[in-house]
Amino acid sequence: MTLSATLAELVRDFKANGRIVIVGASLAGLRAAEALRGEGFAGSLTIIGDEPYEPYDRPPLSKQVLKGWVQADHTQLPRFQELDADWRLGLAAVGLDRATRQVRLANGEQVPYDRLLIATGTRARQWPNPAEAALEGVYSIRSRDDAERLQQALMAGPSRVLVIGAGFIGSEVASVCRDLDIPVTVTERGPAPLIGALGGVIGEIAAEMQRDHGVDLRCRVGVSSLEGDAGGHVRRARLSDGTTIEADVVLASLGSVRNVEWLEGSGLAAGFWGVGCDAGGRAFDINGVTTDTVYVAGDVARAPHVLYEYQFLAMEHWDNAVFGAEVAAHNMVNLEPGYRPHLLLPGFWSGQFGVNIKSVGVPPFGDEIVFTQGSIKERRFAAAYGRRGRIVAAVTFDHGKWLQYYAELIERSAPFPPPPPGWDRPDVMKPIPAEFPEPGVPTAIPDVVLTGHDPNERRAEFRPRDRPS
Amino acid sequence: MHIVVDLNRCQGYAQCVFLAHQIFRLSGDEALTYEPNPDDARRLQVQRAAAACPVQAIMIDRQDDAERGAA
Ligand SMILES: Cc1cc2nc3c(=O)[nH]c(=O)nc-3n(C[C@H](O)[C@H](O)[C@H](O)COP(=O)(O)OP(=O)(O)OC[C@H]3O[C@@H](n4cnc5c(N)ncnc54)[C@H](O)[C@@H]3O)c2cc1C
Ligand code: SF4
Repeated sequence: MTLSATLAELVRDFKANGRIVIVGASLAGLRAAEALRGEGFAGSLTIIGDEPYEPYDRPPLSKQVLKGWVQADHTQLPRFQELDADWRLGLAAVGLDRATRQVRLANGEQVPYDRLLIATGTRARQWPNPAEAALEGVYSIRSRDDAERLQQALMAGPSRVLVIGAGFIGSEVASVCRDLDIPVTVTERGPAPLIGALGGVIGEIAAEMQRDHGVDLRCRVGVSSLEGDAGGHVRRARLSDGTTIEADVVLASLGSVRNVEWLEGSGLAAGFWGVGCDAGGRAFDINGVTTDTVYVAGDVARAPHVLYEYQFLAMEHWDNAVFGAEVAAHNMVNLEPGYRPHLLLPGFWSGQFGVNIKSVGVPPFGDEIVFTQGSIKERRFAAAYGRRGRIVAAVTFDHGKWLQYYAELIERSAPFPPPPPGWDRPDVMKPIPAEFPEPGVPTAIPDVVLTGHDPNERRAEFRPRDRPS
Repeated sequence: MHIVVDLNRCQGYAQCVFLAHQIFRLSGDEALTYEPNPDDARRLQVQRAAAACPVQAIMIDRQDDAERGAA
């Protein structure tokens, strides 16, 4: 048999008899499982998830669920494909042994694999003081149960809600509070809401939007402590500017933490920003060598991106989970040169204060911004971000129909400022500094993060050179 | 039944809102929200809304379709 015939036979055999394990039973895990079956993988498929629920969708949680329109348990994701999988729900993976190719579960069981997909996503960063975080009335939001608890607290008619951190989720929750006519204070350590993701110029517009809707927005202040009553229920917060806020519901919206602890000791490039992988989803080991058996997708992945000088991008966005999972699944059951790259132009949406905010590209990669369409005053506009004379991202407020136009320019690294496509031109079309915080300035962490050029955040393991004796 | 709308793709044309206002709503001019797990009785209505979406952003559970076919 020729080599290529042997390889083709290997792929056929793997698709028929291979064992694939997916850890993380959410958006990326489910879409990967479906894509694997779609690729003709007929071997055994095990899906391990520590939540007790079948995969559900998270974006509605801070929007229609919190508002009380949709029940938290009505968020189950649709299935597009017959899966025939072994679901191990309510059980966490606690270890990975790459030498024996086994995933260790919390109940001590070992699950063997030929190919493994890591899709363990992120969790909400908790309020750092454990005693204060344990007070009744202090919430964070990541899961269905979190959303249900917070929703019930909002229904109970709190006197005031305090949202700590004005990123997307914090701002969406503040918006829901105002829809429900609940008084809400938002504190943000940076100079404006959404500043980590969209910069200070857009942040200023978001700040005005919040204030117009009756949000008590306080920027450049932190919360120093939370205080409870005798019954252990939170009552007030002390701020870094010396003031206090009386509130009986507190949402800590402090960004997220990657679920990588279970990979400790596995020798993979796993760290603060997630698991390093190549553009095809193949995980790197701690020395920056790609593995053949371990893949990564979704919020927990960080991969180099051609449009952003091959910096490793970590993207906490819905479409990154969907497309990353599909690419990883394809590559798990194919061989080079049949591998596909996950070259997604990042994109997200956020509904808040009646405005649809959308973006493509990586805004924090830019240092200038120019308004190209619409009116800032009416909060219907498009703006482009540039760096060194090239367009790198765009944002729209209620102008989503135009986003594709900018996406195509970004894909071509077209000149910045771009020609405006429409007739509704703003009065001023001059690039100005986009005002992103310097790295390291405490503020809401953006949900697309440029994490540098190193495949691993730890140090490589140098070993002494073997000398032939 | 289970549905999901790709809100990156959705452009707020609101055709779905006209066809199934119990399931799809606009909050403001452009931000679509929806009920992800509508009652099965609404299936035909939701399918019509999905078919009318100019950017094919509404995706419906196939397994439910299969179950219905089997029933
Ligand atoms: C409230 C909220 C609103 C959002 N809104 C938007 C939005 O408007 N637009 C947008 O683009 N994105 C939004 N997102 C982000 C989007 O939901 C995520 O990008 C997406 O969920 C990522 O999917 P994932 O499968 O990679 O990770 P996750 O959804 O985090 O899933 C990971 C799963 O793995 C499980 N897990 C973790 N560790 C283990 C372990 N050791 N063993 C077993 N299982 C484990 C977790 O419990 C979880 O179920 C929002 C997120 C939240 C929380
Ligand atoms: S019809 Fe399609 S594009 Fe229009 S609002 Fe509904 S989902 Fe969005």
